[in-house]
Amino acid sequence: MENGHTSEYAIEMLHITKRFPGIIANDDVTIQLRHGEIHALLGENGAGKSTLMSVLFGLYQAEEGTIKKDGKEVKILSPNDANDLGIGMVHQHFKLVECFTVLDNIILGNEPTNKLGVLNKAEARKKIIALSEKYGLQVDPDAKIQDITVGMQQRTEILKMLYRDNEILIFDEPTAVLTPQEINELMQIMKNLAAEGKSILFISHKLAEIMAVADRCTVLRKGKYIGTVNTADVTMEELSAMMVGRNVSFHVAKGEQHLGDVILKIENMTVASKVHKNNAVRNVSLEVRAGEIVCIAGIDGNGQSEFVHGLTGLEPLVSGKITLLGKDITKLPIRKRSVMGMSHIPEDRHKHGLVLDYSLENNIVLQRYFEPFFDKAGFLRKKNIRQYAEKLIEQYDVRSGQGPVTLARSMSGGNQQKAIIAREIDRNPSLLVAVQPTRGLDIGAIEYIHKQIVAQRDAGKAVLLVSLEMDEVLDVSDRILVMYEGEIVGQLDPKTTTPEEMGLYMSGAKREEV
Amino acid sequence: MENRKVSRPSILRIPAVQTVIASLLCVLAGLLIGFIVLLLINPGGATEAMGTIISNFMSFKKAAKQISNFGNTLVKTVPLLMCSLSVLFSYKVGLFNIGAAGQYVAGIGVGLFFAHGLNAPWWICMIMAMLAGAALGAISGLLKATRNVNEVISGIMLNWICLYLVNMLLAPYMDIKMNETFALKVTHPAAVIPESPLFGSLLNGHKYTTIAVELAILIAVGIWILMTKTKLGYELRATGLNKYAARYSGMRDGFNIILTMAISGGLAGLGASMFYLTDMIKWPMAVTSVPAMGFNGIAAAFLGGLHPLGAIFSSFFIQHITDGGSFMEKIYPSEIAGFISAIIIYMCAFVLLIKQQLGKARMRRVTEKKGGEAK
Repeated sequence: MENGHTSEYAIEMLHITKRFPGIIANDDVTIQLRHGEIHALLGENGAGKSTLMSVLFGLYQAEEGTIKKDGKEVKILSPNDANDLGIGMVHQHFKLVECFTVLDNIILGNEPTNKLGVLNKAEARKKIIALSEKYGLQVDPDAKIQDITVGMQQRTEILKMLYRDNEILIFDEPTAVLTPQEINELMQIMKNLAAEGKSILFISHKLAEIMAVADRCTVLRKGKYIGTVNTADVTMEELSAMMVGRNVSFHVAKGEQHLGDVILKIENMTVASKVHKNNAVRNVSLEVRAGEIVCIAGIDGNGQSEFVHGLTGLEPLVSGKITLLGKDITKLPIRKRSVMGMSHIPEDRHKHGLVLDYSLENNIVLQRYFEPFFDKAGFLRKKNIRQYAEKLIEQYDVRSGQGPVTLARSMSGGNQQKAIIAREIDRNPSLLVAVQPTRGLDIGAIEYIHKQIVAQRDAGKAVLLVSLEMDEVLDVSDRILVMYEGEIVGQLDPKTTTPEEMGLYMSGAKREEV
Repeated sequence: MENRKVSRPSILRIPAVQTVIASLLCVLAGLLIGFIVLLLINPGGATEAMGTIISNFMSFKKAAKQISNFGNTLVKTVPLLMCSLSVLFSYKVGLFNIGAAGQYVAGIGVGLFFAHGLNAPWWICMIMAMLAGAALGAISGLLKATRNVNEVISGIMLNWICLYLVNMLLAPYMDIKMNETFALKVTHPAAVIPESPLFGSLLNGHKYTTIAVELAILIAVGIWILMTKTKLGYELRATGLNKYAARYSGMRDGFNIILTMAISGGLAGLGASMFYLTDMIKWPMAVTSVPAMGFNGIAAAFLGGLHPLGAIFSSFFIQHITDGGSFMEKIYPSEIAGFISAIIIYMCAFVLLIKQQLGKARMRRVTEKKGGEAK
C-alpha cells in the first residue's frame, strides 16, 4: 500500500466484547483507525469508551474479538505490549511528576543512559527540541511542571508520546481542562500530528470539537457499537442523537426573569489558600438576587473552591462579610447557614456530597436528619426516613438497584448527583450554591440538572452556580462573573458575550474593575 | 438455560449468614492448624490435647468441677466482650481502637485504686474505671481530630504509658506475700460487685459470677441500639465513614471523633472493672506487658462479624478456647498451650477476609451461570 503501510488501518479493534459481572461493557464493538487520521470516539459516560481503551492498552483482556496492528493480529497483554506497538495515551488527568522538569518527565521511564548507567540528557534535550519544533509544541524543557500552565503540561504529555516514537496517539478528553484559546492550539497540534502521519484516537463527548477536528467518528452507546460516520457528512444534531439515542435540546428553556430582593451579599471576602502562602480568594464582592442565576466562571484552580468553602462555612474567612437574607452569617457554623436556607451542591460528590457507605435513604436525610420529622428524642424515625426517601427517589427519578437501601457507592455517578440535587433542592432553599453540578455526567443527566436549577430560579430562588464548563456558563446563567487568581476580573452578559471573550478574562489576558 | 426454574434468592446471599459461615470457617481453620502444629511437636498427645481445648470445662469428670470451670470462663468472657464491643464500636465508626488494651489497663488501675485507696463502693469504682478508659480514649480522639495523629499510633503508645502509670498507682496496695494486690473480699468487700441472681444459683453459688455478666449483655444490646437506631449513632457513623461529608452537612466532625473514642475507651475501662472487681483476679506487682485482653477483643470483634450481638458469642468462644488451652498444660508445656490458643484466636481475625472471598466466589459462579445474558 501507499506510504509503505501493509494495511489501510493503523490499528483495528474488531468485534470486541468485554464483560464484567452483571454488565457487558463492550458488546461487539469495532473501531478501525486509519493511518494519519483523527478518529473520534464518542459516547456518554458509561458508554464503554474507557473500557475499550483499557482493552487496547492491555489493562483488560477482551473475552471476544481481535486487535490488529497494520493488518496483523496482535495480543496486548499489558501496557508494555501496547507501548512496544507504538500506542501512547494522554490521560485526562495528567500523569506528571510535579517537582520534575518537563525534560525529566518526558524521559521518565525511558531514560537515555550510557554504558555505565549515567544519564545522557543532552541527547534527549536535542530530540525533544526537534520534536517540539516539528509539531509546534512549545515547552520550556527546564521548567518545573508545578510552575507551568495546564496547556503546557498537556504538551509535555504529548511530547512524552512522541519521544517514545509512538505512532498511535490516544487523547482522553483532552479539552476538559483547557481555555478556549488553548483548545484551539490543541486542535492545531492534533492536525499537525495527523498531517505528519500519526494516527489519533480522540475520546470526547464534546460534539463541537469532534466536528472541528475529527475526520471520522465512532459512536458507542451503553456498550454497544452504534456506527462510524464521516464527520463531514453529519450534523451535530445527528451525532448527538446517535450518542444519546434520542434528540436532545442543547439550550435550556428559561422563563422570563423576575428579579427580587438581594438574597446573598458578599463584601470583600478573602480566603486563605491551603497550598500556598497567598490568599486563594482576594477581596471578592458580589450580590445574588432572588430569581437570578449568577455564574462564577473560570479555569479550575483559580480560587473557586476556596470561595465556595468560605461562603458555605467549610473554611473560615481571612476577612470580609457575608450577608444572607439580611443577616450577617460570616461567623455562623455550617449547620446554621444550612438551616437558614443555604443549600450547597458540592464540587466533589464523593468527598463532601455523600457518605458513600451509607444507604441512599441515609444520604437523602443527611441535611435534615435532626428535624423533628426524622428524629424523636434522639431516636431516628426510620419509617419517616424511608417514606421521605421514597418520595424524593420517585420525584427526582433517582435510579438505583434496591431503592432506598441501596449503598450510595454502588450507584452511577449521574444518580448519585441526582440524589444530592434532590436533597438540596427539596429543602426549599433561599440560596442554592451549585458547584460544577454536572461534572462528569452524560448529556441526559446534564439536561435534567440544568432544568432543575433553572426551575429554582424561575421559582424566585437565588442561584449561585460555579462552573468550569463554558457551555454550561453561557446556557444557564443570567449573569457571569469571571474569577481569575482569586479575584473577580469581569462581569459579562451571557446574551452578548462569546466564548472567546470569556476566554480572555479566564486566562487573565483581560480584566475590568467590577 | 430456558428450562431452569426461577431460583429463589439463595440463603447464602444474606450477609448475616455469610458472616456466620465465615466465622465458622475461621474457627475450623484455626483448630486445624493448631492440630497440625501439635502433631508436629508430639503426635501422641495431639488428639487428647485438641479435645481438651475444644471441650474446656467439659474435660473434667466431676459435675461440680465442670460447673465451677464454666463459671470461670463466663466471668472472664465479660471483660473480653467489653473489649470487643469497644473495638467494634470504634471500627464501625471508622476508627481502629487498638488502644482498647491501654484503656482496659486504665480501668483496672483506677477501679482498683478507688477500691483500695479510697474505700469506694463497687459502683463508684466501676464508673471511675469507665471514665478513666474514656479519658484515655478521648486523648487518642483529640489527637486524631486536631492534629490528625493516627489513632493506632497514639493508642499503642498510650498503652505503654498507661501500663507503667498503673504499676505506680497500685504499688501501695500490694500483698507482699502474694506479689499482687490484696484480695478485695478480705480488705474491701464493699468494692466487690454483687453476686448474679441468675447465674449465681444456676452455677451452685459460683464465687465470682456477678451481675457484671448480665450487665455486659445489656451493654451489648445497648451498643447495638446506639449504633443502628439513634441520631447519635447516625452522626458518629457518618463522621467515621466520611468526615468531609459530615462536616459539609454541619456535623461537628472533630467532636464526634473524640466522642467515639471516649465511648470506645469507656467500654474497655468499664470492662476491666467488671472483671477485677469480682476479685477473681488481682493486679500483679510490676507488670511489664500490656494484658492481652484488649488485643483479644479485636479478634472477638471480627469473629463476631463486627456485630454487638455476635460479639457475645464470639467472646465466649474465644474465652472458652483460651481456658481450654490452659487445661492442656497437663499434656504439653504451657508455652505450647498458649501458642495453640493464639493460633486459633489469630485465625478468628480473618473473618472479613474469608467473607470477602466467599462473596467473590459466589459472584464468579453467578456470572458463569448467567453467561452472556447479564443486564
